Amino acid sequence: MAPDATRPPHARRGTPRAVIALTLAAALGIPASLLGAILVATPLLKPPTIDAALHRWLGIAEPRSWPWRPAVQAVALAVLALVVLGGAGAFSGAISWYERRVAGRMQSRIGPNRAGFLGFFVWMADGLKFLLKEDLVPADADAFLFRAAPYFVMTGFGLTFVVLPFGHSLIVADLDVGIFYATSVTALVVVGILVSGWASNSKWALFGGMRSAAQIISYEIPAGVALFVPVAMAGTLSMQGIVRAQGGYPWEWFALRNPAALVGFFIFFISQLAEANRTPFDLPEAESELVAGYLSEYSGFRFALFFLAEWGSIGVLSALSVTLFLGGWQVPGVSADRIDALRGGGALPAAAWWLWNAASLAVFAAKSLALCNVVIWLRWTLPRIRIDQMTALSWKYLVPAAFTCFAFTLLWQLAVQAAPVIERGCGYGLSGLAVALAALFGWQVWQNLRSVRGGRVDLTNW
Amino acid sequence: MEKLVLRRMARTGEEMLLNFGPQHPATHGVLNFLVDTDGEVMRRAVPDVGYLHRSIEKIGELVGYPGFMPYTDRVDYVAAMFANEGYALAVERLLGLEVPPRARWLRAISCELCRIASHLISTGTMAADLGAYTPLLHAVRERETLNDLIEALCGARLTYCYHRIGGVAFDLPSGWRDRALAFLDHFDTLLVEWDRLISFNHIFVKRLAGVAVIDRGRAIDYGLVGPNLRGSGVDWDIRRDAPYGAYPAFRFDVPVGRGFRGRTGDCFDRYYLRVLEMGQSSRIVREALETLPDGPFMAKVPRKIKPEPGEAFSRVESARGEMAYYVVSDGTDKAYRVHIRTGSFMAMGIIEDLSPGLMVADLVALIASLDVVAPEIDR
Repeated sequence: MAPDATRPPHARRGTPRAVIALTLAAALGIPASLLGAILVATPLLKPPTIDAALHRWLGIAEPRSWPWRPAVQAVALAVLALVVLGGAGAFSGAISWYERRVAGRMQSRIGPNRAGFLGFFVWMADGLKFLLKEDLVPADADAFLFRAAPYFVMTGFGLTFVVLPFGHSLIVADLDVGIFYATSVTALVVVGILVSGWASNSKWALFGGMRSAAQIISYEIPAGVALFVPVAMAGTLSMQGIVRAQGGYPWEWFALRNPAALVGFFIFFISQLAEANRTPFDLPEAESELVAGYLSEYSGFRFALFFLAEWGSIGVLSALSVTLFLGGWQVPGVSADRIDALRGGGALPAAAWWLWNAASLAVFAAKSLALCNVVIWLRWTLPRIRIDQMTALSWKYLVPAAFTCFAFTLLWQLAVQAAPVIERGCGYGLSGLAVALAALFGWQVWQNLRSVRGGRVDLTNW
Repeated sequence: MEKLVLRRMARTGEEMLLNFGPQHPATHGVLNFLVDTDGEVMRRAVPDVGYLHRSIEKIGELVGYPGFMPYTDRVDYVAAMFANEGYALAVERLLGLEVPPRARWLRAISCELCRIASHLISTGTMAADLGAYTPLLHAVRERETLNDLIEALCGARLTYCYHRIGGVAFDLPSGWRDRALAFLDHFDTLLVEWDRLISFNHIFVKRLAGVAVIDRGRAIDYGLVGPNLRGSGVDWDIRRDAPYGAYPAFRFDVPVGRGFRGRTGDCFDRYYLRVLEMGQSSRIVREALETLPDGPFMAKVPRKIKPEPGEAFSRVESARGEMAYYVVSDGTDKAYRVHIRTGSFMAMGIIEDLSPGLMVADLVALIASLDVVAPEIDR
């Protein structure tokens, strides 16, 4: 390493311990408190528990006919929404920090490292900066639509959190049409983008908006057909139902239980990347072509809202993929029914039930974060594809492939009903293959590093 | 300008006239294009140059022969060594001066290192324009080591003024040879990594292969030079075919486009040629460092440079192609006329005729593949 003679005398040696402590406190405390809040709020702030609480603590004999019940439920719902959306917002910010660090390391540079240890507070600083910026509306822009567009996008983004199954009983609303609801609600984002592109009164913004609309609408189809595969395998559209039909171990995940589901997983993942405007599908915001595409005229907090939705949708797309194909919150070795049995009869669940729910939340978070990592790697490695290549990919390749997977799955389900050993054999086989491929990948990376001698070169100044 | 463009384009009222620049991340420098598009497909893209005009050629008539050397750096600040050398060669021809062999070798070494640096920027920014931000930073990281080497050699990282009339300004510092060879050893392995990362990436190839094909005849008609010309299959390199300086003593290959992944003369050919040329430059520098002769690095140049009236023409193979200097002397100590003919200016002419039918995204790929830098166009 560089000798001390090259370092200026006033330079500090490393980060002060106080800053490291503060950063760790924030980095661990914020996720812990938000996840803890989700853990506690989602099972409890529901009508049955609220009724039981009204009965026990306020002594109301018949909670259902109490006149103030809707108000209390509304407050409970508002608190729940705040908890979940607060978590979503903090997640967006934190993932932006993580993306910048990963991008830095991939690009032979450090990334943010000044605001807090490892630059962790940079996302808070950015949020504050955006709040303090001038709120510009271009002179000839359609002011009302210009102001409204970010809220369409945020709404489309926020509404998906209603059906995300964070854990065994940790879901805001286990709708019967769970996954169908999730796909339809993300379509609001298209409206927001088109409106922002049009209302900006800028040709470049219009370009970006139209490109994005074409992209998102094109990729709704393969995503929608690909998700029929887990729906067919689970027999229900409900998110919790789909997760419960899987298991904790990799060979019990949908993606590895059915070869068409594996293909469907990739189709779904790619389509969701396109819907979230992530590279290689980030044409609508192609910096080198359109400056910022449909975001060109936005500044300050409105810009931040768009980006909050974009970074947050990394998490949403990972969460959806994990739920549908990679086993969701299922803890390996502990079945969902066992956790059900631990609940106990009382109004408040037993401690063991809470523990297992926390474990399932941890499993869900770990899997989603791993996929978020993959999304970030893809962004900083791959170039972007052109609009006509992108639509060709969707319509000519992904849609037929998705339909084939769906048709195959229907036949597969019939076969599995007759002989369940097929599914188990496929599960073990594909899991083994996945492990082998992972080992091969690791070996190839090691070879690559060796061939450039680990990139060891003396970069100290002459 | 818009009136001029409107007269040239037959507008049906359905197209959109866009300004692609002059402040834009993808135009390499301060360039403007007036783009007439029908949705995503362009009908015509008219280049609008001149935003970076600094009257450098006029300044050549005012500051005297040695004084003009720093200005040549600014003609192409990405590959400044070549601009220096071209001007020095022209004035040396006017003076009838012979440059000592060590100076010629040092010129070749510094120029080839500069070619590597320029091509790193060119290929890196091309990847960045197409959405792959990481290779650009790897290229810039390598360029940093090159900048350090050249800074040790002549004191500057970007605008060198290293070649002077009669030779070069400084000799190699002690230890420079070993540092340069160590860098080249590392760089050769990096080129392999570069190819693996981006050159043959499927998305990258699909964006470039078969896009904006320039055939041989067109390339020659439009006066393209350098990798743009060679990408179209024309085997012409000033270093080999009209040699100057120390190049006759070196053995190197000249990569020529042959449809590596698409058709000959497409964007991918022009891009990949630059990658291959970096490998060849590395080879030349190694050979030059091995065979570097001893002796003076500067000829005996008169104190006041007042050449006989006459004219001289010199051309060098710059990173962007042939860069030619035409210097006219009227017997005084200030030149009568200095004209610089650069590859990027010629490349501007072909963009308009290639543009009908291209998409906006392809225009970005085309500009990047032609490796235009605005200072060279406008001077």
